[in-house]
Amino acid sequence: MILQLFLLTAAGLFAIGLYGALSQQSIVMLMMGLELMLNGVLLAAAALWYFLAPAGTDGQVLIVVVITAMAVEMAAGFAVATAIYRARQVDMTDGAADLKG
Amino acid sequence: MVAVFWVLALTAVVSGFAVFRLSSMAQVTFALLASFLAVAGLVVLLGLGYLGVVLALMMVMEMVVMVVFMIMYMMNPAGLMPMAMYHNKPGAMTISVTTFVVLAAGVLLVDWPDRAGEPPPDPTFALGLSLMSGQMLTMMTLGVTLFATIVATVVLATGRGRYERLGDGLDAPTAADPTGGGVGR
Repeated sequence: MILQLFLLTAAGLFAIGLYGALSQQSIVMLMMGLELMLNGVLLAAAALWYFLAPAGTDGQVLIVVVITAMAVEMAAGFAVATAIYRARQVDMTDGAADLKG
Repeated sequence: MVAVFWVLALTAVVSGFAVFRLSSMAQVTFALLASFLAVAGLVVLLGLGYLGVVLALMMVMEMVVMVVFMIMYMMNPAGLMPMAMYHNKPGAMTISVTTFVVLAAGVLLVDWPDRAGEPPPDPTFALGLSLMSGQMLTMMTLGVTLFATIVATVVLATGRGRYERLGDGLDAPTAADPTGGGVGR
């Protein structure tokens, strides 16, 4: 077990999540991509804490922050999905392109 | 330990990729859950038992909630037909592969510093102590953020409140209800 392997795994999760967030049309699937990206960040934070600075608690606090961000993202995302679905039966990102430049 | 790492890391990445490859929403949800549980296992492997278990419990609950939303919104919850819900697939693939290559290059090329110090005997205790002293501001910010999220999600998810029914000034003569009903209407 070395730091680089953990970070490569985290980078893989982040890249897969980015692919999903960019390519998926469904709002729910898009949020799954965002969750995967945060998952990668979380793993990287844990690995950096363990391999570089285990004496402090900053890495652990960062994990707590990321876990909170995941919960907030999921709750707010589903609330927005519910609101836009109720307003105009949109459940795909392409249906909500009002602000597209 | 090394074998456990490889199993968990491969599970995390492979099931993470399966999320965007499987055709049933139920399978997709459980693939994502498998990826999260593998990452939670990796966190436990790094000595953070408490945070790993919190992550596992939270993700199980979150995926159960997600299943409900899948059934509410998805056109194909059972996966009887293959799903093809992509836009700009080549572009997204290019961007994500480039991101991975850049990140991997950084991971492999950076001269990482040596390990400074040893983990405390009880990392969970150290975390709690830190959150209740030096990192108190972080903890309070998180608390306020979560509370704001509760308010915002309830406001967003509520169908119609009194403002929609009686106008912004609450002065409409009759409520604009889609169907009649109630006293005297």
